[in-house]
Amino acid sequence: MARFTPHTEEDVREMLDVIGVETLDDLFADVSPKFEGELGLPPALSEYEALRDVDRLAKENVSGLPIFLGAGAYDRIVPSTVGAVISRGEFLTSYTPYQPEISQGTLQSIFEFQSIISELTGLDVSNASVYDGANAVAEAALMTARLTKRDPKVAVSRGLNPRYREVIETYRVEVVELPFEDGTTNFSEVPDDASGVFVQSPNFFGVVEDIGAASEAAHGVGALCVAVCDPISLAVLEAPGNLGADVAVGEAQPLGMPLLFGGPYAGYMATDGKSVRQLPGRICGETVDKDGKLAYVLTLRGREQDIRRAKANSNICTNQALTALAATVYTALMGPEGLREVAELSVSKAHYLADRLRASGLELRYPDAPFLWEFVVELPDVKRANEALLDAGMVGGLDLGDGGMLVAVTEKRTKEELDAFVGVVADAG
Amino acid sequence: MLDNLIRTKGREGRRGYTLPKNDVGETDLRKVLPKEALRKEGPRLAEVDEPTVVRHYTNLSRRNWGIDTNFYPLGSCTMKHNPRANEVAANTPAFAGLHPLQPEAQAQGALKVMHELQGFLSEVSGLPAVSLQPLAGAQGELTSILMVKKFFEDNGDDGRTTVLVPSTAHGTNPATASMAGFAAKEIGLDEHGCVDVDELREMVDGTTAALMITNPNTCGVFERNIKEISDVLHEAGAFLYMDGANMNANLGRMRPAEAGVDVMHFNLHKTFSTPHGGGGPGCGAIACSETLAPFRPDPAVERDGDIYSFVRPAGSIGRVAGFHGNFGQMLRAWNYIKMHGPDLRDVTDMAVLNANYVRARLGGTYGVPYDELCKHEVVVQPPKGMKALDIAKGLIDHGYHPPTIYFPLVVKEAMLIEPTETESKETLDDFVGALLELAESNAEELEEAPAHAPTRRLDEARAARQLKARW
Repeated sequence: MARFTPHTEEDVREMLDVIGVETLDDLFADVSPKFEGELGLPPALSEYEALRDVDRLAKENVSGLPIFLGAGAYDRIVPSTVGAVISRGEFLTSYTPYQPEISQGTLQSIFEFQSIISELTGLDVSNASVYDGANAVAEAALMTARLTKRDPKVAVSRGLNPRYREVIETYRVEVVELPFEDGTTNFSEVPDDASGVFVQSPNFFGVVEDIGAASEAAHGVGALCVAVCDPISLAVLEAPGNLGADVAVGEAQPLGMPLLFGGPYAGYMATDGKSVRQLPGRICGETVDKDGKLAYVLTLRGREQDIRRAKANSNICTNQALTALAATVYTALMGPEGLREVAELSVSKAHYLADRLRASGLELRYPDAPFLWEFVVELPDVKRANEALLDAGMVGGLDLGDGGMLVAVTEKRTKEELDAFVGVVADAG
Repeated sequence: MLDNLIRTKGREGRRGYTLPKNDVGETDLRKVLPKEALRKEGPRLAEVDEPTVVRHYTNLSRRNWGIDTNFYPLGSCTMKHNPRANEVAANTPAFAGLHPLQPEAQAQGALKVMHELQGFLSEVSGLPAVSLQPLAGAQGELTSILMVKKFFEDNGDDGRTTVLVPSTAHGTNPATASMAGFAAKEIGLDEHGCVDVDELREMVDGTTAALMITNPNTCGVFERNIKEISDVLHEAGAFLYMDGANMNANLGRMRPAEAGVDVMHFNLHKTFSTPHGGGGPGCGAIACSETLAPFRPDPAVERDGDIYSFVRPAGSIGRVAGFHGNFGQMLRAWNYIKMHGPDLRDVTDMAVLNANYVRARLGGTYGVPYDELCKHEVVVQPPKGMKALDIAKGLIDHGYHPPTIYFPLVVKEAMLIEPTETESKETLDDFVGALLELAESNAEELEEAPAHAPTRRLDEARAARQLKARW
């Protein structure tokens, strides 16, 4: 008998009698073609044995070391409270809040998430989150086409995370590449028929870009400006909505989500009030119940697949409620000052590391470009440097394959780790 | 109006978390960044202490129902018990702390989990190739249909412009077809609520790229002509895609490959018990034939001896996620399958037993439009003069999460009940008792339900008319 099913043999017998069939096999009389064999899966394990396998495989990963990898996923502190809240069964085991009377917990937490994203981005309306940052970017690309009534065609530079660009391309949006010089994008020549202009800031190489210039360029050709921002950076950087961006999107993983080998994370999307009907995904709004009591509900549902079917804005069905909740709880714990402190600590440590690397004779790829906590250092042999770092008990930065190592520094890194990093990299160089 | 948002509970200067001290000396942001890049006005966020945060969200959670608190027979969503062992697996530090860009050699444990899970899904579906990357069921659909599209493009067949979708399909199916650049064409049903094969024969031609079928379909009925349907499609050079939302009815009883399915998606959060989390994150892994395998998303996991690595399938449609997919959900599903092995068939047997039991008990009082064997879920209709919405809200007062209502669209006042295998006979009996009692109740009084939930019925029109989506 399966592991989590309560029925005894008597239960099964009684139920088959009520149904009016003899055997369990009879319940599948209509199935054709039938599978008559036994599934070729390893024999069932007890919970204890299964978890022992988890531990055994976990040991085959390199873990517990200081990590200098970023490039879209960041090794940040996750407060214990985040995990405690999101493991509550009432959140964990519920589904999309179709029945608002018994889903106010999920709905209010979504409303709070949307509020946080609106505050950070300076844009009026946020959705309840989408799959991840890459999908938020791709959905934004499609959104620009709907809003401008043009064919989907977006202008991006190498400053956009290449993985985000790949997902845009998978969604069959035409991509035009803008020149990328000295660490920043040149927005002076945006094609006239583009539906959107993308600016990631800080960009893939860690450099803070000029969102204002991107939006001017976009609006100059009747396109929309989409800003792609790390939410932690928005504690210290000007909100994209205040710089003319029409849409802001990004990866919410830095807000309280463990790395977990790439997911689950959550993508965020925000836009101004007039574009809200083209925003994909769930949106939670405030309303009242029959007694006039304030409550929350999914709204503007006419945009969605279950209502509009083939004419929907997107086929997106769910949001990432649980990871969005993690971001909400994380942000509540940190508050505006805490978020700023996370950003400032990371900036201080990254700049300390960059200065030490320069002092040891190494060069940054974009020496004059402003950066926060991620930068490219030129090395004679990145592969060898990463091997030496691993031998010294550290996970090095991303090998860009062209002599550059993309290094990310978070609030978790200590002076001791940073000094050790310099020692190893300078030696390996 | 007074709200109860986290932001109302704090005071300027209060903090909920203490960060490590700066041990490297401060960098002045004004010195390293251009002035215009700096934020002038801080975000208006809550300023609260940790105990207040814990209490706020704990109390919010109590305004929510989950499988843990109530029976949750939401049709088409497979709200089965979520074993906590899966959570332990996903929270194992050596997985939780693994960066997605760590070189493959540093992530062999994770890659092995993925490779084994690919094998498990392949065995369950009978289809040889798998991609775990899609982040949700709807994305698994889109991935599948984009693979079909890429197949035709790479074969120079540019006349394939339509995708057929039965009228019972989930809304995501036609939305997916549109998103992938196909025209979605609706196909009608026979008297069993199944795809009308005669109509199919008339509709299929050289423009057909695929049919999107859900099996069992959203009426809970097995598509008994599925083999014939796949033959019709294959003869025309088209593909059969299967929406695997309802795989909980098929484990060890039917393998899609043997029914002629070319590509399908799984919902790991339905069939393999990874939690729904209030609406995500999920995992919409896909499985496909050798023909479509080269078009899978980048990357797939391959094994060479004892070494596991990521590879880009030769004709890949590209990435559909930023990294490798929702690995946390993969770990949970992998753990769940390991705890079942071939006994997965019992999961299906008990799920189908429970649904048929509810069907048999409700028949006579509730309408059962397809009163024959159902699979893991059953569609019923309220007694004459009553509304599905009112019955649903009435169920809340009895302590039950309502079934899916007004879906499938082809059944008037539909109530789609999916009990799942993890519910006892006593729970089902009590639930049926509540439904029978509601059938006797005064329809007007029922319009006032729920009376005992955290809120009463909401003014949904107002939410849309006066949009307020933030503090």
